[in-house]
Amino acid sequence: MNSLVEMFSYDFMIKALVVGLLLSLSAALIGVPLVLRKNSMIGDGLSHVAFGAFAIASVLGLAPLPVALPIVVLTSTLILRLGESRKFSGDAMIALISTSALALGTFAVSLAGSNVDINNYLFGSILSLGNADVVVAILLAALVLPLFVIFYHRIFAVTFDETFARSIGQNTKLYNLVFAVLCSVVIVLGMRLMGALLISALIIFPVLSAKQLATSYKAVVLSSAVISLLALFIGLVASYLLDTPTGATIVLSELAFFLCANLTRKIFKIN
Amino acid sequence: MILLETKNLSLGYGKTTVVENLSLKIAAGDFICIVGPNGSGKTTIIKGLLGLISPQKGEIIYNLNRREIGFMPQETKVDPYFPASVLEIVLSGALAKNPGRVFYSKDDKQAALEKLKLLKIENLACENFARLSGGQKQKVLLARALLSSSKLLILDEPSNNLDKTSKDGLYKIIAELNRRERLAIIMVTHDLDHDNLLGDKILSLRDETIFFGSTKEFLKRVHHE
Repeated sequence: MNSLVEMFSYDFMIKALVVGLLLSLSAALIGVPLVLRKNSMIGDGLSHVAFGAFAIASVLGLAPLPVALPIVVLTSTLILRLGESRKFSGDAMIALISTSALALGTFAVSLAGSNVDINNYLFGSILSLGNADVVVAILLAALVLPLFVIFYHRIFAVTFDETFARSIGQNTKLYNLVFAVLCSVVIVLGMRLMGALLISALIIFPVLSAKQLATSYKAVVLSSAVISLLALFIGLVASYLLDTPTGATIVLSELAFFLCANLTRKIFKIN
Repeated sequence: MILLETKNLSLGYGKTTVVENLSLKIAAGDFICIVGPNGSGKTTIIKGLLGLISPQKGEIIYNLNRREIGFMPQETKVDPYFPASVLEIVLSGALAKNPGRVFYSKDDKQAALEKLKLLKIENLACENFARLSGGQKQKVLLARALLSSSKLLILDEPSNNLDKTSKDGLYKIIAELNRRERLAIIMVTHDLDHDNLLGDKILSLRDETIFFGSTKEFLKRVHHE
């Protein structure tokens, strides 16, 4: 208990907790349609693009957040457009764009010499979070939560059956665009805490865990949110107590929830 | 009453035309089967009637709200392991009447339960869609289509992947809906020899020629060939 009190007496831990909880909640909600529509790889691809943008911004001596955010948002719309193309498959386009961005970032860092710490971008750093991150996290959650409530039934219709949703007048292209943009913001913001290689876990893992136990869409949404918040909190505390990297510890916490859900499903023969 | 009419309609993708010069009228209570080999344009016609692709030539005249055409996709087009309750899926059909709604009303829920009752699957309302059999899943998708329209249903190969018993049951229900509720039905099918299949009209897309007429006339032509 004393350790917990001590932990939250540090300003950087409070920032990490606030950003982490808001981010994990937004990520879990955005993750539901992405994962259920088998579009999880968009998150993974965008995180590599974010790495490239962060690296180039650092090499040029620019603030990373304002540079990376528009680049990742634009890339997400590009991925959606290419995914609609009949010539290329969506996953191949994601791989092409993400590996190119990763290569560009690495190339830029190597040209700059040892002035840029690549590890912070790849694996995240709790110390890198500033007040701007807290503000963006609050804005993100303030946008995602009402959007999800207002469009809940429509998001469900589009997620379950896009053709039917289009036939009854839903603008499915707009939904796809909004989710890709929100996913970009989660990636860029979360990369500072979790790192480029680990951030997509926040979007994917809670939904996969919830899907194993839930028998309705509503249950998937609610349990994803709860699992995501718990896993973030447990991971953050564990990383402080064990002195381990925050991003990796949070992902392992998410993995523990996934394995527990899997075990529970098998024991109680759910789904 | 004519619900929908196409005049010299050509449909396709980009510069490729798949269906040319299609003229037909669909009236209340009609039962039209669309038959033809793979690639003949059956799905393209459905997409055109639903407004999912624009006509390359000609026009479609709707005497009903286009959103209120009930659509039932092939079962294989829907994720069979999607985590959703039957009621959640059927209720999404209520968005057709008001696409901007935030919450479902009590009337929507009542209407959804009535559709389930009509198809004799009201006991499945709270079941997980992923755990249902193929036939039950098809009925759930049919209930959703029924909630979205009481005038015209478009069914895309509804009996795909079903065994004979489930297939017979589903065709019987569809025929009853057409007869009892005066619901116009357009059904894409491969089951040319099925007893229950043949509605009153056939749209046949074979050998790049389009036949649209009565079932009797179509059968005469087939027997002559």
